[in-house]
Amino acid sequence: MEKIAIIGMGMTKIEANKVSENFADMAWEAVNAALADAGMDIKDVSNLITTSNDFWDGRTISCMAVGDSSGAREKNCSCVEGDGTYGAFYAMARILSGSYPSTLVTGHTKGSESISSLITNAAFDPIYERSLGVDMITASAMQARAYMDKTGTTSEDLARVSVKNHGNAKNNPYAQLPMDLTVEDVLASEMIADPLHKLDCSPVSDGCCALILADEETAKKFCKKPIWVKGAAFCSDAYFLGDRDLAKPKSLVAAAKKAYAMAGITEPTRQIDLAEVYDAFTYQELMWAEGLGLAEYGKAKDRLKNGDFDISGTLPVNASGGLLSGHPVIAAGLYRMAEAVRQLRGEAGANQKDGAKTAVVQGLNGLCGQSHCVWVLGNE
Amino acid sequence: MAREDHLVISSGKAVQPFHYAVGLYGSKFFQELKENRRLVGSKCPDCGKVYVPPRKVCGGCFKEMKEFVEVGPKGTISTFTIVRYTFIDPETGVQRPVPYGYGFVRFDGADTVFQHFVELDEKHPIKIGARVETVFREKMEGTIRDILYFRIIEE
Repeated sequence: MEKIAIIGMGMTKIEANKVSENFADMAWEAVNAALADAGMDIKDVSNLITTSNDFWDGRTISCMAVGDSSGAREKNCSCVEGDGTYGAFYAMARILSGSYPSTLVTGHTKGSESISSLITNAAFDPIYERSLGVDMITASAMQARAYMDKTGTTSEDLARVSVKNHGNAKNNPYAQLPMDLTVEDVLASEMIADPLHKLDCSPVSDGCCALILADEETAKKFCKKPIWVKGAAFCSDAYFLGDRDLAKPKSLVAAAKKAYAMAGITEPTRQIDLAEVYDAFTYQELMWAEGLGLAEYGKAKDRLKNGDFDISGTLPVNASGGLLSGHPVIAAGLYRMAEAVRQLRGEAGANQKDGAKTAVVQGLNGLCGQSHCVWVLGNE
Repeated sequence: MAREDHLVISSGKAVQPFHYAVGLYGSKFFQELKENRRLVGSKCPDCGKVYVPPRKVCGGCFKEMKEFVEVGPKGTISTFTIVRYTFIDPETGVQRPVPYGYGFVRFDGADTVFQHFVELDEKHPIKIGARVETVFREKMEGTIRDILYFRIIEE
């Protein structure tokens, strides 16, 4: 594969309610931060991808409404509906086509402007499921139950994810929910839907993230510390939750296998220095870490308990604080990529994993991880 | 400008109604449910998997399914939750009373699992592997709410 690099990134602070900014305002902030980071002018970017979701935004063709403030005027602008990691994949594919030296990709969400349970309820089948009121939390609680039943993972194990990630967020200026927690605090928090407590769930959030991807020549022209794409792949599973084994992340295993093959990763636990995964709920961090081969199936809880996933551990997972500390839905995967870029550049401050060279990032699309997108990034 | 001066504009009361086509397979499912209190799935001619609710395509084999088979009405809980947070019921627009049970049930004779409410009953705590029967509504209307809930039974 031709070499592709991430040469710029910009994040807004993730907040519960950015009442003073609309979508375009958030895009303006993130895009300009990414351009400044890359040392580029908007004229240096030939094309862009915006990533959004019409239901979350409450408007049709939401992705085009942020065009002007993203620098799309008189440029080739295309859109992805789904997680930002998929928008980034499209950006990468465009560069690989040979027609685009660099592509700007953005993702935005304002969870604050709607009722999240109604938005996620609308993702379910309108004939058979929606009227029953099922939403992302209910479905994820059932997935958590299935996973815990199959692996022996306990509520205490899940609580440790929350303690770790909210603690990591204390050193992340972009995080919404830095917190000092104990396992007891998590277990004492309100039961939302068994087995998920309130502190097992990510918050409702607003935010926008922008990345600039480029070919090798452009990367070397603009960027002192390009972060290289070593591998990227995604894979889907069945739509109906009832068709899947919810306790196992089958499509993630498949996506990781492809991305690792591209990146020459044969022993992920040894070759990968850190991971940023889609921890919309505590149990998901463990499930996805296993799907990525960072622990054997059912054993992520042991590595977590052992401290391996801490910033000081052998393989930090969500050193940024993850989505538990701020979850702007569509932008979420782009934030994970941007956080991995900070680490690989050595710019993660107090959360820095010393000597990090290779990171894996995972985004997802669809209910309970129907589809997963895996990126292997490296600084060499 | 002070923070309290910031404006939020509401989308108002207008709604966009949709008319979702149930399709022939869904129509068969609801007809059997309404007229015969029977649950049907569709069977893949290649892998033999029985899908509930029935649909045209087996995603695994990418094959068209044409055979309908009866499933249930008894089944086994594969996973569940007890919903305790209050939220807006998408059907009624008002807050739904909590707690209530919700789960996936594998109907006898089916290969996929089917989601619906599960009755909470102190004598029969909800758990994975519990056997259930399907409780139907008295006056059937041909919607998914013709199934009231699953009731845990002893067998």
